[in-house]
Amino acid sequence: MPLLQARGVTHYFGGLCAVQDFNLDLEPGELVGIIGPNGAGKTTIFNLMTGVYRATQGSIQFNGTELVGKTPNQITALGIARTFQTIRLFKDLSVLDNVRIAHYSRSAYSPVEALLHLGRYGAEERRITEHSMDLLAVLKLDGYADELAKNLPYGLQRRLEVARALATLPRLLLLDEPAAGMNPAEIGQMMEFIRWVRQQFDLTILLIEHQMRLVMGICERIKVLDFGATIAEGRPEEIQHNPKVLEAYLGEEVTA
Amino acid sequence: MTQSNSRDWRDLWNRLTRTLHAGWEALLARRWLMPVLLAGGFLLSFAIPQFGLLDQYVQLILMYVGINIILATSLNLVNGYMGEFSVGHAGFMAVGAYIASILTVNVFPPGTGAWLFPVAVVAGGLGAALVGLVVAVPSFKTRGDYLAIVTLAFNMIVKSVIENIEAIGGPRGFLGMEKLTTLPWVFFWTVFSVWIMRNLVYSNFGRGVLSIREDEIASDLMSVNTRQVKLIAFVTSSFFAGVAGGLFAHLLQFINPRAFDIIKSTDILIMVYLGGIGSIAGSILGASIYTVLLEILRPLGLWRMVLMPLVLVFLMLFRPRGIMGLREFRWFVPGYDLLASRLWREKRTEGAKDATVAS
Repeated sequence: MPLLQARGVTHYFGGLCAVQDFNLDLEPGELVGIIGPNGAGKTTIFNLMTGVYRATQGSIQFNGTELVGKTPNQITALGIARTFQTIRLFKDLSVLDNVRIAHYSRSAYSPVEALLHLGRYGAEERRITEHSMDLLAVLKLDGYADELAKNLPYGLQRRLEVARALATLPRLLLLDEPAAGMNPAEIGQMMEFIRWVRQQFDLTILLIEHQMRLVMGICERIKVLDFGATIAEGRPEEIQHNPKVLEAYLGEEVTA
Repeated sequence: MTQSNSRDWRDLWNRLTRTLHAGWEALLARRWLMPVLLAGGFLLSFAIPQFGLLDQYVQLILMYVGINIILATSLNLVNGYMGEFSVGHAGFMAVGAYIASILTVNVFPPGTGAWLFPVAVVAGGLGAALVGLVVAVPSFKTRGDYLAIVTLAFNMIVKSVIENIEAIGGPRGFLGMEKLTTLPWVFFWTVFSVWIMRNLVYSNFGRGVLSIREDEIASDLMSVNTRQVKLIAFVTSSFFAGVAGGLFAHLLQFINPRAFDIIKSTDILIMVYLGGIGSIAGSILGASIYTVLLEILRPLGLWRMVLMPLVLVFLMLFRPRGIMGLREFRWFVPGYDLLASRLWREKRTEGAKDATVAS
């Protein structure tokens, strides 16, 4: 059974069709990429999957649960986490707090226990803090735990976003342009990092990316979007030679 | 000659600041001093009125400072920590003040007022919290300027509703309260309120509140139930505004709707932004400085209202986040939180040592 199943997902912004009849089956453990020119509706698909937008039509099922109509925090608690195209860390909070916040849905104390610092508060805070520090250590960020997130260099901020997403204990990780703004050497590292994260945390990964080297290098399957519609789907080699894809990216060939 | 002289002075100055800094650090390291100081303060709050250690006027100012600390801290929760912009805090205060006063004057049997006073104050707080629940709902949909307008309207509604209920005196106000607010009560409620709000801030829910300020959408996507967090923040904030209202009413022994208008809300806003957003120490400082400064400047008459805004203008120009903006006095941070990463590191190196010993 697929982990994620999208059927006929369509979304309109007013009269503009941003996503049209989008279908996707994600098997557990897969690494799938979505590519397409700017404005093709890639990020909108992520927003539909995570509940930021509510799909106009269609259904998205995760592990047998319907996601359309659920709020983002409910969907995250079910096991889908994401990063953002432009970094959206909690800038004025410490690196440790950034990761601890992502434990919200899994902390076991009530507001009353929080107000009085009684009951399960102490033990839970310790558990959350230790888990967060362990996670930061695995991602080699533990040395920065007490720094403000905004003071980290760009590459580490990207990594912290992944750490924060992993803290929600996801089964599916959505990466929105993880290599945006990186140089070729950094892209190589990012590819290694994505592979390693998938294995280490036993994840299914869906990613959006413009860097063809990254997409072609690590994705097992690629979907190509243009103007909201899926124009091609297949293994990287197939996509590279697909005339429709070339047309979408480079324009139609002039027949002389 | 003059050169060496100035160098001597600079040396002296450097040595002095270094000594002061070291002394301050040594003082901060003694966390056990805080409960001692609080216990001492509590005893003092009994002793001062009992033995007349301070004159009545100064005692009154101290009580206003306490009430204003509760107001500023509770507003900071919503405006500073959560990053919303509520401008109707006096509305909640009015609800608490009227409920507590009606209880002690009309409901409780005569003579029991002093005993049932805490019940009246808590009831005032609960009433305000209930109203806070209603105001939290628009905050799910609107933020920033729009929420400011909603809370502004709320403040006006509270004022005109009270003005139009003849049974509680309408625009003439409500009186007949005994002077039940005493220095020990104010001390107790101030410490209690600040402690509860501090606890909230250093919890999972408090971090949720902070994450809403930083980026609400990211917060929601990191599994924070933003609606729940907003409800908790608004309800806690308005509860303590109501508590402050109850104390205020039984200190002044007279309340009228005009005392809780937008001007009062603005006063509380000034204390919050003067002291610093997102800081409990800041709210305590802001409330204390503002209250005391207004009293000290009283001889200036009308010029006071020119000077105070000027102070604010300069503050916003040079320290836009207030005196303590986003920083906290170390004693207010729970010990575990302060040392979290260090404790983790120590535990890990110990674990590693154990492992090498075992092998």
